[in-house]
Amino acid sequence: MGNWSRFNIASIVLGFGFLYLPIVLLVVFSFNESKLVTVWAGFSTKWYTQLWHNQALLDAAWVTIRVALISATCATVLGTLAALALVRYTRFRGRMLFSGMVYAPLVMPEVITGLSLLLLFVAIGLDRGFWTITLAHITFTMCFVAVVVQSRLLSFDQSIEEAAQDLGATPVRTFFAITLPVIAPAVFSGWVLAFTLSLDDLVISSFTTGPGATTLPMKIYSQVRLGVTPEINAICTILIGIVAIGVIVASVVTKQREAQREKDERAAFAQ
Amino acid sequence: MARVASALFSRLVIIIPYAWLLFFFLIPFFIVFRISLSQTAVAMPPYTPVFDLFGGLSGIMEKAREFSLDNYVWLTEDVLYFNAYVSSVIIAGISTILTLMIAYPVAYGMAKAPKSIRPTLLMLVILPFWTSFLIRVYAWIAILKPEGLLNQFLMSINVIDQPLIILNTNWAIYIGIVYSYLPFMVLPIYSSLEKMDHTLTEAALDLGCTPFSAFWQVTFPLSLAGVVAGCLLVFIPAVGEFVIPDLLGGSETLMIGKTLWNEFNANRDWPVSSAVATILLLILVIPIVFFQNAQAKADSEGR
Repeated sequence: MGNWSRFNIASIVLGFGFLYLPIVLLVVFSFNESKLVTVWAGFSTKWYTQLWHNQALLDAAWVTIRVALISATCATVLGTLAALALVRYTRFRGRMLFSGMVYAPLVMPEVITGLSLLLLFVAIGLDRGFWTITLAHITFTMCFVAVVVQSRLLSFDQSIEEAAQDLGATPVRTFFAITLPVIAPAVFSGWVLAFTLSLDDLVISSFTTGPGATTLPMKIYSQVRLGVTPEINAICTILIGIVAIGVIVASVVTKQREAQREKDERAAFAQ
Repeated sequence: MARVASALFSRLVIIIPYAWLLFFFLIPFFIVFRISLSQTAVAMPPYTPVFDLFGGLSGIMEKAREFSLDNYVWLTEDVLYFNAYVSSVIIAGISTILTLMIAYPVAYGMAKAPKSIRPTLLMLVILPFWTSFLIRVYAWIAILKPEGLLNQFLMSINVIDQPLIILNTNWAIYIGIVYSYLPFMVLPIYSSLEKMDHTLTEAALDLGCTPFSAFWQVTFPLSLAGVVAGCLLVFIPAVGEFVIPDLLGGSETLMIGKTLWNEFNANRDWPVSSAVATILLLILVIPIVFFQNAQAKADSEGR
């Protein structure tokens, strides 16, 4: 649509500046020599060295990573099934309720989700800790996976599946041989999304945790309440770095795979 | 045999996620409602009556007689809760409008950008969404503090000579919400603008519309679906927001998410926090259903 006016460029530059400037400042001040995060006093990596000796923080990071790995994997399986159910089966009893339950967690305030899950865990007598956090994370992240996978399934050419079934493949085999490879990039980005959502979560984890299970965001939050320090900036910078690398790798992989697939499809049709 | 396997497969595809969501998403709401009718007690769990799921129907009926609406009466008696609900809705509403005003020009600019750089722009909008919410809110503390980076900057260029007090006011909350939720608003607006048939705007211009009125009469109405989706994606979670008012807002800032958190963590009053959550859910149920319908409609259009 032609004319990209000066106004358009200005609004993009300002908008993106607004989005990125705070993060850039946070990263810059993690290398500050001074204890103050607002006055620059020279370059230093001492806050990073200090982090390395903070055992409580490293423990929290380890708990967080384990929760995120397990919950993202389970959420990806459940979310993919949910997306299949929504796209492939347009008629089944209680479909309205089902789609409602998939979409509602996307906007549900975290305090409500956290409180309600905690009360469930207490009601069924589950010991609170690592596993209750994991179950809670599976529940709220699977819906994000479902939405991501669903949008891929909607643009999927179902005739390939039908062809496989006509040729005698069972539904299970069709799924693993045809459907899954095609939606794999979406499933993968769903997994990455679930992983980072779990890594970030403060509110739901705080409600559903028990003694002995402290996640990194909970640790960061309790330190932030005491004041802003370059040490927190350093943890945040590391987290941002991990996520940025993960997302960039994911998008490159997705792009390559999609290009490869398109090439294959074209080759298949050309035959 | 294949028939049976096929039927079984399709059953499982539906039943597994369905059962999971019923158990971990829907049933907990009934438990919240149930406990909101209980009394606070010094025990673990800290409320009575404690339901014994294995006590049979008669046992449940017996316990049900002990239910009371006391917690709800308590909420109406203390004006603090009412004010917290009202101010949460107002703060979320103002923030949603501000987010829309900033997000729309950005989304519009993105949709007008050359096709080759659009994926990069899209990626740049999504990227902050993947970085921690907590970190992004934390980053603003150092900027908005009285001796913070914003005041240092404004004073160095002589725009102000007294530091602005922004942190711990409602303005800090607006900035925090706009900042955190901006991608949620940009993305749906961008996708509705990108899908738009641009010959319509050209036709309006050819027929003598000024660019301004062509925008308001053609472009904007056609992007309304994206605007509505974006506003709901921002407004609903913002009403129950906890981290932003807690870290950026002042001690006198009332938001219901913070009230619920304090009721639960500081006062350890589970029944009252359950009642607070139940009413919050009732307030949000209409916008949530609205959002679900918009989503379901978008899906059926994508088919």
